[in-house]
Amino acid sequence: MQHATSARSGSLFDFLKEELKPKAPFLTPFNLISIPVILGGLVLVVIRFWKGIGAVTNLNQSYPWGLWIGFDVMTGVAFAGGAYIITFTVYVLHAEKYHSIVRATVLNGFLSYLFYAGALTLDLGRPWHIINPIIGNKFGYNSILFLVAWHFMLYMISEFIEFSPVAAEWLGMEKMRKFLTKMTLGVVIFGVTLSSLHQSGLGALFLFSKPKLHPLWYTEFLPVLFLISSIFAGISMIIFEGGISHKVFASRVDPDGHENYENIVFGLAKGAAIAMYVYLFVKFVIFIHGQHWDYIPTKWGALFLVEVIVFTLIPCALFTQAYRERRLGMVRIAAVMTLIGIILNRLNISMIAFNWNSPVSYVPAVGEIWITLMVVFTEIWVFRWVVLRMPVLSEH
Amino acid sequence: MDRRKFLSLAGITAASAALTPSEAKASLNLEKQTDNPEFVGILVDTTKCIGCRQCEVACAEAHDLPVPTPATDGALEKLRTTSTTQWTVVNKFETDQGDVFVKKQCMHCGQPACAAACPTNAMDKTKEGPVIWHGDRCMGCRYCMVACPFEIPKFEYNNPNPKIQKCIMCYDRLQEGKKPACVEACPKDALIFGTKKELMDVARERIYHEPDKYQHHIYGQYEAGGTDWMYLSAVPFDQIGFRTDLGTLTYPDYTKEFLFSVPLVFLGFPPLLYGLSELTKRAQDGREE
Ligand code: SF4
Ligand code: SF4
Repeated sequence: MQHATSARSGSLFDFLKEELKPKAPFLTPFNLISIPVILGGLVLVVIRFWKGIGAVTNLNQSYPWGLWIGFDVMTGVAFAGGAYIITFTVYVLHAEKYHSIVRATVLNGFLSYLFYAGALTLDLGRPWHIINPIIGNKFGYNSILFLVAWHFMLYMISEFIEFSPVAAEWLGMEKMRKFLTKMTLGVVIFGVTLSSLHQSGLGALFLFSKPKLHPLWYTEFLPVLFLISSIFAGISMIIFEGGISHKVFASRVDPDGHENYENIVFGLAKGAAIAMYVYLFVKFVIFIHGQHWDYIPTKWGALFLVEVIVFTLIPCALFTQAYRERRLGMVRIAAVMTLIGIILNRLNISMIAFNWNSPVSYVPAVGEIWITLMVVFTEIWVFRWVVLRMPVLSEH
Repeated sequence: MDRRKFLSLAGITAASAALTPSEAKASLNLEKQTDNPEFVGILVDTTKCIGCRQCEVACAEAHDLPVPTPATDGALEKLRTTSTTQWTVVNKFETDQGDVFVKKQCMHCGQPACAAACPTNAMDKTKEGPVIWHGDRCMGCRYCMVACPFEIPKFEYNNPNPKIQKCIMCYDRLQEGKKPACVEACPKDALIFGTKKELMDVARERIYHEPDKYQHHIYGQYEAGGTDWMYLSAVPFDQIGFRTDLGTLTYPDYTKEFLFSVPLVFLGFPPLLYGLSELTKRAQDGREE
């Protein structure tokens, strides 16, 4: 820190004051919407801890997990999968072409874990015991959730280390940056291993739900499906988020980056399409093997087809076509559709088709949606704060 | 029906319950599969129950829960489920053999889903058999509720310091050498307390002596891998509110393969990834030269 402040000549206080000042126009539509949402959300959080989870959610005895798990954790973690895919591609496969998007993707991944998985503490009834599975007070070794919790934590640390050279560079700590950069390959390997385990682990959480989850979604291959879908979910998120970043933060992007950028997007589109073909193939085999034709003419069948055909097969075809014809707009549409498909899939498994045969139902409360928006907006604020200051979108 | 016929029938039920190949494979491994015969449990003979709900009263009194008034509250008219303040409820089912009363509570599974799910070991299968909850460990993730096939653990949503509520088979009373409160309160001996082995003997004997009265199935013998609470009935179990599609696989078996693969991935992936990285690096260097 000392090094940093002296490098910028001034006291620590001045440095902080300078860095906390907004570096972009303040009265933007995003700010006007997000600020009230975040402030209102904080009030809801207070109510939640004061009166209990029931005061702000519609969760009930048949639906112990709702939007906060189904969207924030299940979907958020899949969306954050881009970080392990890109670090794998760049550091393990040495596909240098993608180097320029590593930093933004890792930052996004790290912040997603921090905020979405962090939102989990709001959902825990007794969060003051969250430390129990970590300090080894009581280990539930054979619990999938125990494993997932540990992997989350370790992965957040590795993503932090992966990103840290950028912060070191920003603070002008050159030696530190070199040291941290040397650790990259090791941390990436560790991170990819952890990611494949916890992405599939989220699916494994529902292996217990055989009597509760609709047969169109339940399969013993849920972990495999979650893992494969996290690949194209992560890639689609990179495309989606990159499209926005490159407009909003245009001044922070290297001129080289712009040129290279289209090539990267088409490469990503191809990768997503391949992962989706594999996913659809596995889904198809499971469906045929399960002989669930009878369910297709029901409303569950319709929901299933919307998810698998409209929001997986069609974007997969679009990715393929867009890659062949090099059509940037089409890639973006496919990415958005894929993201919707992932949201549908994760919500179907954790909320909608869960307890499908129970008379009780669950619809998220306004409070749950509000707090979810608060989490998303806060993440964007922090992302923006970092991007406007650190060399995220450009090389050192 | 003679004894041989009954036994073979019991065999068929057990075998036909094992539907998928992986389940059949697991059921060959009976030793590990079934419940420990020394666990204590309770046998409910629904043919003896008269729906007086004295068990509910005794349960509430033993655990400081609001005590129901069976004579006046008319609770049997509606189908109920257990709740944060009712660890057990009795339901009435109209069947072709008249009204049948069924007590509902935690089944105290031999290898419980709730305990396998719990990341903090707060849900705990004690060595005696009762499944109990430790408030000092639980972090309130509610995964036990997601996992339990009988929808038993109940969570206090409107409490800032919420607890998981469910039947604990009067674990505290058992420690003092007493029987569970409900068993003691039952005026008709519809509830019998004992080890799983003893209860199985009683149940088999009843079916054997009155084969025309009872269904030839002991609910809980194999369901969800075997439970320490078991039920006898005169009518098919699906007519009195039981799920008959739970299979016989124990819950830890559902995730066994995944958990087994975790250390393999941990050991196998890093060297694999490192090797891959070296390979691609060399390939790239080659290209650049
Ligand atoms: S019935 Fe549910 S709560 Fe009771 S032991 Fe079995 S899994 Fe656990
Ligand atoms: S809510 Fe408590 S008892 Fe249930 S699984 Fe979570 S930590 Fe365990």
